[in-house]
Amino acid sequence: MGLPLFLPNDDPGPSFLGLLERSGKGLVDPTDWPPSGSGLTPHGTTVVAVRHRDGVVMAGDRRATSGNLISHRSIEKVFPADHHSGVAISGSAGVAMEMVRLFQLQLEHYEKVEGKALSLDGKANQLSQMLRSHLPMAMQGLVVIPLFAGYDHRQGLGRLFQFDATGGRYEERDHAATGSGSLHASTVIKLRYKDHMSEDQAVDVVVEALFQAADEDSATGGPDLIRGIYPVVASITASGFERLADGRVADSTTALVESLTGGGSD
Amino acid sequence: MGMPMYVSPEQLMKDRADFARKGIARGRAAVGATYSDGVLFVAENPSNTLRKVSEIYDQIGFVGVGRYNEFDGLRKGGVRHADLKGYTYSREDVDARSLANLYAEYLGQHFTHEQKPMEIELLVGEMGEDPEGDQLFHLLYDGTVMDMSTFAVIGGEADAIRARMEAAWDRTAPLASAVGHAVSALAGPERSLVSDDLEVAVLARSNGRRAFRRIEGNGLDDLLS
Repeated sequence: MGLPLFLPNDDPGPSFLGLLERSGKGLVDPTDWPPSGSGLTPHGTTVVAVRHRDGVVMAGDRRATSGNLISHRSIEKVFPADHHSGVAISGSAGVAMEMVRLFQLQLEHYEKVEGKALSLDGKANQLSQMLRSHLPMAMQGLVVIPLFAGYDHRQGLGRLFQFDATGGRYEERDHAATGSGSLHASTVIKLRYKDHMSEDQAVDVVVEALFQAADEDSATGGPDLIRGIYPVVASITASGFERLADGRVADSTTALVESLTGGGSD
Repeated sequence: MGMPMYVSPEQLMKDRADFARKGIARGRAAVGATYSDGVLFVAENPSNTLRKVSEIYDQIGFVGVGRYNEFDGLRKGGVRHADLKGYTYSREDVDARSLANLYAEYLGQHFTHEQKPMEIELLVGEMGEDPEGDQLFHLLYDGTVMDMSTFAVIGGEADAIRARMEAAWDRTAPLASAVGHAVSALAGPERSLVSDDLEVAVLARSNGRRAFRRIEGNGLDDLLS
């Protein structure tokens, strides 16, 4: 592995993907594959994001499925993208995780080469472009649908973005959800959402949303009290991306279970 | 047809080295030093945008002096090498030693084969998991590479600055006094440097995965006061 130096007219600039291509490590070309490999690979399911007064909370359940089988009970679908943004994934798990890894590297690489981090819109746009270049694989069944959220220092607020398989990017004002349980999760968030919620309230909302999604959707995993597996919940505020401790999520889950069984309601 | 003038190899190398040294001596100096929590970089640099000190990877930093376009190209090459290597293998497989070797190879090649040698000196610093792992690699224009676990000085008037650092450097110094030592070594007895003249950054064990942090503005003023 030599020193990657380029002539000015062939310089990949701050793009890590451009660098990968020039180094012959570009992504595999899927066009020769048989159609639909989707049944063969694990699928990640429900992820949600909710805006609150200090930023955004993102959360994802821990289940991956292959057809009717549970292939993993404790995979993670919520990742830091950089210091002040996060990305959550649903869809073909292996492909999605590789996409997250490349996305994280792309942001860090840009920041180091340029000496300055990308704007939040710039980051969302990068993810869009990665999805668009992934479209041939998506057409063969290996679909990845992420959520992207971050704290925008210029506007002083949390922002969140939804995507589709073609790279379409849709900024949402208050909340977003994707994956097989997203319909049920969205309904819960819609009913519980309040303007200017605190971070704690937003955490309770996403925990309940994932709980209800798991109740209706077999591909979404609920909290596993026996093994101590809880959804991954992360908060992004002006001070950065922070994954909440399992204990914090466990507390919220316990409170939810109590309110559902009538234990804590009066 | 005229005969090309004969120049002995000794003379040719000496001329090239003199040329490079002259170019480097015109620029301001920079210091890299280990301190209690990792590695410190201090460069005299009045520009706020054209950087001499930069982040390469999680625990690797870079300083270049001399011709800006030349060392900045190598800085980018270093970032690209590190990110590619970390992507191909694992983040922990990226190390300063192999990067320093690549730089040395490139500079040596350039020194003998190109029209003119590069008028730069580089410093590659790596923070270890514990103080014993902290390391600095000093690279000269001709590809000479030296490794140090104490401190290194690059750029103009390096000898005088090195002598001053020798007297002041302390492995266990906390950040504020380590910065103080480096700044007064750079300034010398007749001058004093303020935060606007300086570019300061650290690789600190307390910073987590990406250990590189710039210290600027009020934070730097506080350290210098």
